[in-house]
Amino acid sequence: MWKSIRLRITLIAVLTILSIAVVLPSLTDNLPAAWQKKTPKIHLGLDLQGGVFLRLAVEIDKAIESTALRYADESRAACRAKGIPVLGWQREGTDGFSLKLPPGDFAGKALSLLKEEMGIIDFALGDVKADGATVVGRMRPAEVQLIRANAVTQGVDTIRNRIDPEGVREAQVIPEGDDRIVIQLPGFKEQQRAIALVSQVALLEFKLVDEGVSVEEAMKGNIPEDAQLLFQITNDRQTGKMTKNPMVVKKRALLTGDKIKSAKVNFESRQGGAAVSVSFDAQGTKIFDRITAENVKRRLAIILDGNIKSAPVIQERISGGEAQITGSFTAEEASDLAVVLRSGALIAPVKVIQNVTVGPSLGQDSIQKGIRAGVIGALLVVLFMAFYYRLSGLVADFALIFNILFLLAGMALLEATLTLPGIAGVILAIGMAVDSNVLIFERIREEIRAKKPVRAAIDAGYDKAFWTVVDSHVTTLITALILFQFGTGPIKGFAVTLSMGVAINLFTALVCTKVVFDYINAKRPMQALSI
Amino acid sequence: MIEIIKNTKIDFMGIKKYTFAFSGVLMLIGFFGVVQIYRGHANLGIDLAGGTSIQLRFQKPVPMDEVRLLLTGAGHAEASLQGVPGENILIVKARAKGKEEKMVSEEIVNLLRGKFPDNPITVESIAEIGPAIGKKLRSDALLALAVSALAIILYLAWRFEFKFGVAAAIATYHDVVALTGIFYLLGQEMDLLFITALLTIGGYSLTDTVVVFDRIRENIRLRKRGTLSETINVSVNEVLSRTIITSVTVFITCLALLFFGGIVLREFALALTIGVVVGTYSSIFVASPIVALWRGEKMIEVKR
Repeated sequence: MWKSIRLRITLIAVLTILSIAVVLPSLTDNLPAAWQKKTPKIHLGLDLQGGVFLRLAVEIDKAIESTALRYADESRAACRAKGIPVLGWQREGTDGFSLKLPPGDFAGKALSLLKEEMGIIDFALGDVKADGATVVGRMRPAEVQLIRANAVTQGVDTIRNRIDPEGVREAQVIPEGDDRIVIQLPGFKEQQRAIALVSQVALLEFKLVDEGVSVEEAMKGNIPEDAQLLFQITNDRQTGKMTKNPMVVKKRALLTGDKIKSAKVNFESRQGGAAVSVSFDAQGTKIFDRITAENVKRRLAIILDGNIKSAPVIQERISGGEAQITGSFTAEEASDLAVVLRSGALIAPVKVIQNVTVGPSLGQDSIQKGIRAGVIGALLVVLFMAFYYRLSGLVADFALIFNILFLLAGMALLEATLTLPGIAGVILAIGMAVDSNVLIFERIREEIRAKKPVRAAIDAGYDKAFWTVVDSHVTTLITALILFQFGTGPIKGFAVTLSMGVAINLFTALVCTKVVFDYINAKRPMQALSI
Repeated sequence: MIEIIKNTKIDFMGIKKYTFAFSGVLMLIGFFGVVQIYRGHANLGIDLAGGTSIQLRFQKPVPMDEVRLLLTGAGHAEASLQGVPGENILIVKARAKGKEEKMVSEEIVNLLRGKFPDNPITVESIAEIGPAIGKKLRSDALLALAVSALAIILYLAWRFEFKFGVAAAIATYHDVVALTGIFYLLGQEMDLLFITALLTIGGYSLTDTVVVFDRIRENIRLRKRGTLSETINVSVNEVLSRTIITSVTVFITCLALLFFGGIVLREFALALTIGVVVGTYSSIFVASPIVALWRGEKMIEVKR
């Protein structure tokens, strides 16, 4: 008998010491560094420590569409270069386009030309009518597939590069399913800035301003096919007023952001305020040199995601491979733009479909209130048990303390994330923890009423209640596991604490309490039981 | 020995007409609530319906009617406003309109900052959820409810027998539906945490049911005489005190959560609190009578 008691007490003591060693680093910072560093910790969820959670939908179809449109432009240019007039064009689904050609043998000529020059597109003859014929181009399935596969991974990598400079601890950017990205930025406070950093496509283009077309005509819709109307949007820093300045530019981009080697903030811009200097890679430098040499005294529009940032006049040929983007930026906007340009453009645009931001004050408040509710709840339960079951109730209370301690240790070991519903799970688990002891004690009472000696009654009580306790735990565990499987972040936290609390309870309610009764009995057999 | 409940001899099976009628009414309200949810007439949380929820803390009290007027003027007439008395907290919730994925939190915060320039605002939390995600979370929740029902029936069928499993599952669903109905009647918001409460209560209510079933099984083996209804009556009376005391301890912690857990968890705690009561009721008055009705009055032993 004694051997078994000593064994159990030793086991509980070892577990207790280990648990305290594991839990302490999560509760206080005043511990030796080696201890602090080596032990796993309970993480606080975004809802408790504050931060930004974003779920993005990656608009892959748009990436395919814009690639197809680019091919359409190139095909048209190829035809025109060989003197084949193109009357018009339109989209054919997301991955194709059709060019309209005049009657005669133009369609046939265009078809053989395009097949030769644009090898990566499948071309076929479309409708042939009296007023002309169409040639339909379609992207190869393999290429569409490649864009599909790359869009999310490229998005994740790009967004990671954009977030890294922020130095957010435990920041997460992970793909979800085929077309989603989930971003978690614990402790990050500026929601709008996070959204801007993450969801900006950051497509930088250099296009010539078309001086030959009047803006008034363009606004009415009279615009040549190779030109487009864009706006330069400026915000006045003092008044906050927004002005939209329309401008006609050539459709063809002479140079794009993928040729950028680096980007940095520059405070010495002539307009005052911050600017971003970009330097091009070798190829980009060559192209920029040629553009500036060929177009001195003309205006070059610098366009970011379809908005003109500035349109300076090219004063002289620039061979150094550097350009400056100005446009009434604040220092922070400029530095974010530099980061975004360095990380490159997203292949596919993204849309924020879920955004949860919690301020640090609310998180603190939630923790405090959660702990308060937990302490009050636990105290009430402890008092109730001591009142109703007297000494035995105190034994159950003692097991409850172990239950909470082991639960916290278990969470630290698993490096589980504690969320606000998770705290609720702990509190609920406290209420359920003593249930096992209630079942056992009621059974012991029955045995005592049946005039069994105390010791036999205790043994029989534990024995007979065992399966009832297990059954009742399993049912709670089943639903908790299902919650874990289907739940999102905060609710997963609830499932974790509740299921762990209930599982650990099997040990504390059965072993920790029984050993107390056994110990007392071994010292001096009980004549009466305070229950 | 303190005993709240001593040697009761309540004829639980005898009053089953009344309790079934009561449960029937609860079910009707519940199903009506479910239908209303489907029709979009219930107070669904924005995490399930899609939309924007903003919690703001003002430095000084803020006149609600002015906020209402301001938001209505800006095209957010349907937005719901909730103030927390004494704390200068304002919660604005705007349901998503149709399939529109527009995020309006920035707009609303700026509106309020512009309207009350000398009453600084701290944004405590923002949640914006697109309708597509709301739809996904909704279907996940339904799937979770269905899977848990199946898992419970299977477990209890294995531990007891099929009829006990089904009876327990019916009692559990009784609780889930009744809780939904009560929340609908109270006009309380039903969000993901509410679904979590439903599942938790489902699991917890089973705990009580299992205790009763265990005793019924034992008594069928021991008694050998009388009818199943009599045996059930004896069993329920025998375990009545533990059924009630186990519920009381959980009820106490739920109350602590409700009164001291803070505003974010309030509705969750309310659902748990009501759920514990309904769950205890159903283990006594719903699960066992179904077993008796289905199994017949013969005392056939329950396989283990």
